[in-house]
Amino acid sequence: MVMPSSGSPLVADLQEICGREFVLSHQDELATYRSDGLLHYRQVPVAAVLPATADEVQAVVRACFEAGVPWVARGSGTGLSGGALPVSDGVLIVLSRLRRILSVDLENARVVVEPGVTNVAVTRAVSPTHFYPPDPSSQIVCSIGGNIAENSGGAHCFKYGFTTNYVVGLEVVLSDGSVVTMERDPPGYDLLGAFVGSEGTLGVATRIALRVIPAPESVRTLLAFFPDTGAAGDAVTAIVDAGIVPGAIEMMDALAIEAAEQATGAGYRTDAGAALIVELDGPREECLVGLERLMTLCAAAGAMDVRIAQSDSERELIWRTRRAAFASMGRIAPAYYVQDGVIPRTRLAEVLRQIDALAAEYQLRVANVFHAGDGNLHPLVCYDASVEGEPERAEELAGLIIKACVDAGGSITGEHGVGVDKKAYMPSMFGEPDLDAFQRLRCAFDPHGRANPGKVMPTPRLCGEVPGPYRQHPLERAGVAERF
Amino acid sequence: MSTVTIEAPATFEEAAAALAAATAEGRRVRIVGAGTKLGWGNPGTPADTELHTTGLDRILEHNAGDMTATLEAGVPLELAQRTFAAAGQMLALDPPLGGPGSASGATIGGVVATGDCGPLRHRYGAPRDLVVGVTVALSDGTIARAGGKVIKNVAGYDLPKLFAGSYGTLGVILSLNVRLHPLHECSVTALGAATDGRVLGSAAVALAAAPLEFEALDVAWSGGRGTLLARCAGPEARRRAARAARLMADAGLDETELSDRDGRLWERQRDHQRSEAGALVRVSVAPTELATVLAAVEDCGGRLVGRAALGTSYIEVEPGVVDRLRALLPARAATVILDAPAALRAQVDPWGVDGERRAGELELMRRVKMRFDPSGTCNPGVFVGGI
Repeated sequence: MVMPSSGSPLVADLQEICGREFVLSHQDELATYRSDGLLHYRQVPVAAVLPATADEVQAVVRACFEAGVPWVARGSGTGLSGGALPVSDGVLIVLSRLRRILSVDLENARVVVEPGVTNVAVTRAVSPTHFYPPDPSSQIVCSIGGNIAENSGGAHCFKYGFTTNYVVGLEVVLSDGSVVTMERDPPGYDLLGAFVGSEGTLGVATRIALRVIPAPESVRTLLAFFPDTGAAGDAVTAIVDAGIVPGAIEMMDALAIEAAEQATGAGYRTDAGAALIVELDGPREECLVGLERLMTLCAAAGAMDVRIAQSDSERELIWRTRRAAFASMGRIAPAYYVQDGVIPRTRLAEVLRQIDALAAEYQLRVANVFHAGDGNLHPLVCYDASVEGEPERAEELAGLIIKACVDAGGSITGEHGVGVDKKAYMPSMFGEPDLDAFQRLRCAFDPHGRANPGKVMPTPRLCGEVPGPYRQHPLERAGVAERF
Repeated sequence: MSTVTIEAPATFEEAAAALAAATAEGRRVRIVGAGTKLGWGNPGTPADTELHTTGLDRILEHNAGDMTATLEAGVPLELAQRTFAAAGQMLALDPPLGGPGSASGATIGGVVATGDCGPLRHRYGAPRDLVVGVTVALSDGTIARAGGKVIKNVAGYDLPKLFAGSYGTLGVILSLNVRLHPLHECSVTALGAATDGRVLGSAAVALAAAPLEFEALDVAWSGGRGTLLARCAGPEARRRAARAARLMADAGLDETELSDRDGRLWERQRDHQRSEAGALVRVSVAPTELATVLAAVEDCGGRLVGRAALGTSYIEVEPGVVDRLRALLPARAATVILDAPAALRAQVDPWGVDGERRAGELELMRRVKMRFDPSGTCNPGVFVGGI
């Protein structure tokens, strides 16, 4: 393979397809695209191309295939695992110009969009009667195409599920430039289910059909403070054991409260060890009854203080403060690693104690923000890059936290994806036969390894020939099918 | 005439070894759970070996606090449900469990492998939405795991979804990690009736848009008359069901009523997803096309039950009118014949896939099959396109 350069025939082909102004190949033009939301990984691609239509995407992928060049698809670039990190010998396909909402059919609760449409634009398109539940905290800017790649979650997925539960149709360009449509619930393999969450390694979605659901008629938000995370965890367990399924259950520890409160001044109690946000949504009768039960359960678990949002603005302030926890961490630490571990919810207290002990041992501060209903932890490991050795210590600590999650029966990532950032942790969760099974799927879709190479799998793998003893299938003998 | 050998492994290793041996010896393997749905799909290539999963019958974990469980593939779903119910929980899958020659009823492995579901799909989804992890044996003897035991996890490819509904053509499901939900103590169902399919269809669309969080929203139709059923569960189930009944009346349905002893109603919906002597066709259309489907059913003298908001229906007709039914359905309807007498099965493609329209998808499916089961050992020929 010849490494393409800015003057190569491939770049000329891309200019032909998309127009000269939508193919960037100079270093200074490419600076914007060298990272996604995870800024410490940087890589400059040979070119970044901004197609305007699905046909242009297909033509770009085909041109790359014919030139033997790998490519990476990118949405809004908000991902937190380096999933959209370019490859140095490849093309970055930026989908932000594919931002049309193609159809809205509320009677059938279906919306069809292009991949560059933002997450929040889907809910806006179907409001006020309906909504689109997956709501990653970057929802104002993150794209649906990126959500498909990462199987994005958000605060409301304990009750409502993930992106994969809402995608009902896809048009996908495979790495050889062919186009495949995939449907939810087809006769046949659930290719759509396998594609969602595949982090851009199986192809690029160019048209996406989503299911939306009726908007809840009532939303009640409760904010409770506890002396420590253990008591808050007990409250979560009591709520779930009672058969209550809140729309969201979010927890913050003392350090996260401190940072967030500095940002918004919402009146969060900084003398508390933990804050719990519980949001009930649904039919109004159920919310009223549920709220009473929630208050009783929080009090029984030792809540210091329980507040109910009395207005939309109070509710918004509670959530704005929760969302500020990440961004405002800069007020108390110059830099941080954000982790995305998952644990079985019943192991919460135990794992938090382990994290505290590890933080003390490494002499670093760790703030915890998490989706408590589904056990998805976002520990923020704070460090100062100007202190020699501290970034390395922080990275090591972050790794040990993930190990603690896996040891507790959990996962290395709940919603951010593996990307480049967590691929080294994959062997802690999966053995060689498991990784081999993943590779079989990858090879069925992309036998040449052109789509987003170097992501997800811990070590590079080739596809090779189909293994095992060959036996001709009757359909092949009949000439109906071929072997690939 | 060749004899069919029976393997009944009791461990994952035994299952994988049996599969590897079959592959090495060029034997074709038919994977069997309780055997309640063996007639589904293409008849396929006759098997040399039957691999029964019923020896893999342990509930390995029930983590009540985390609302998850790990079940070996051969565990009867009904038995698992009893275990979960004792802790006030359920696996939100309620397909019919019976079938020819089965005393214990459908296994979890068979339900997931066929993607079968019942009315609860409205709220909780299909097997693919409830399975969070899977352990499988591939035809070369590999034992592989994917997914995890927690409900939220995006590490690695979503092979649990690939195996759900794959009819055993990619390998043998050995165990499944599933997500559980609270089991509600009481439920109330609102009912409304119509003799005009268009009225029933528009009422179904109206109810589907109501923010009442139904556990299930079903339709039933036979003999020129249909019913809409909306099931509510939870502390305020009765009030919500009463609101649903008012919406039904507003939408033009007659004889609206509430039933708080609704177990039998829903059993009937499930039972009618099977046919003993006739043909049972599963149809997927857009929800607004329900009226067209009902007209086709009426024309063919059939009976329908289905999920009003999802557009999935189960239609029982005489075997002789299946082609006519298919012709009357909306053009892009997906129609799969599930139960059918052997004579019909020999004549028609049960999958009803438009090979031209879905050529790219079929090609990709074949490539998936070739990678996971290159020797063609597992359930050869039973699946879409002869996979």
